[in-house]
Amino acid sequence: MSDTAPAPSATAAATAAGPARKLRFHVLRHDPHDPASVPHTDVFEIDEAAGMTLFIALNEIRETLDASLAFDFVCRAGICGSCGMVINGRPTLACRTLTKDLPTDIMLAPLPAFELIADLSVNTGKWMRGMSERLETWVHSLDEDVDLRRIEAPMDPDLADRIYELDRCIECGCCVAACGTARMREDFVGAASSSATTTACSVA
Amino acid sequence: MATRLEAPRWPARLDLLQSGTGLALGLFMWVHMFFVSSILLGKDAMWTVARFFEGYYFFGRPLYWLVSMLVAVIFTLFVVHAALALRKFPASYRQYRIYREHMQGMKHEDTTLWYWQVVTGFALFFMASVHLYIMMTRPDRIGPFESADRVWSDLMWPLYLVMLFAVEFHGGIGLYRLALKWGWFAGPDALATRRKLRTFKWALTAFFLVLGIATLLAYIKIGIEHAPNYGEHYVPTFLQGSAP
Repeated sequence: MSDTAPAPSATAAATAAGPARKLRFHVLRHDPHDPASVPHTDVFEIDEAAGMTLFIALNEIRETLDASLAFDFVCRAGICGSCGMVINGRPTLACRTLTKDLPTDIMLAPLPAFELIADLSVNTGKWMRGMSERLETWVHSLDEDVDLRRIEAPMDPDLADRIYELDRCIECGCCVAACGTARMREDFVGAASSSATTTACSVA
Repeated sequence: MATRLEAPRWPARLDLLQSGTGLALGLFMWVHMFFVSSILLGKDAMWTVARFFEGYYFFGRPLYWLVSMLVAVIFTLFVVHAALALRKFPASYRQYRIYREHMQGMKHEDTTLWYWQVVTGFALFFMASVHLYIMMTRPDRIGPFESADRVWSDLMWPLYLVMLFAVEFHGGIGLYRLALKWGWFAGPDALATRRKLRTFKWALTAFFLVLGIATLLAYIKIGIEHAPNYGEHYVPTFLQGSAP
């Protein structure tokens, strides 16, 4: 963490628009791998900066207030699906959430329905793999002897577009965490599964 | 070579059947409300509608079993729909608590609407069964005076009042969710489609609630006036004097 560029200074970013808001992050903390860990909420206060996303805010907290805070980010652009978390009650991507759209008190919790790694980090990959294996969401070939040199049959562009739309699912897990039935029933496949299944069926 | 077991398809078929029975029942409830509210056009209008379903205009005499048959079909759809919908209900207090907490956190109208659909659906298990059984076993007691007597003198109005709200909320939410689920009326902007559907849904719910309350009040008024002659059949004005 220490070798990454520091997040923009909040005070420097307090522009002519007025003094920066004080943001209070109430973060649900727990490390299930630590027997001594008890789920609790920590409160971190930072100054809001112009254009601040939760990605920037959480990095600032980790770099200046608590280096042990666990959360996931990779792309910072809403593509990798790593930063899904519950923000003020609703699951969404932290990197796509601007703090200016939130009140000064922000509650953060890990996505429910997934295995908790620590704090705001959950193992969505394990869930997605389990779902995929259970529903067999891959292209099932009935042809025993596939001739790899054969020219593929052309696909209707409209069908290709529809498959592409379904295949855009980044498996962030927000739809599963936002689904009341998936919360109540662990075996419920959820919306991400529909997308995966339909994609596989469409391709087949 | 080992035979691979196919992933079962019956959950999808059951879901389709739940949607289908719900759609049929929801649309039936709207049509039903129009027939029942014919009382607002006058007793003769309601009498005419009631006789129509008894085949009076086709066979020259009322065949009450036709109504019983129709109610039996609706009752069957209702039972099938209820049995399938039970799969979605919270199955324990723990699940109920999880959903309540989820709903309070999400603060999303559609999440809240699903909860109210479950609550009203649960209420309809009992209320709709009472109504359907009476309609199936006493189809001869449907008419301007007969229905008004049932509403007022037989003390059915409290049940009908609560059931009106339960049906309109349950059916309205159900049809709205069906439209979302199966992509009916979907436009290029999913959020705009959802907003339009939701507005349309609330407008329809308001319309049918107003129509339903006005209709119930009309039956209550007739029921109060007709209470001294409880049990008497209605004879339309255009037949008065000609019938024995």
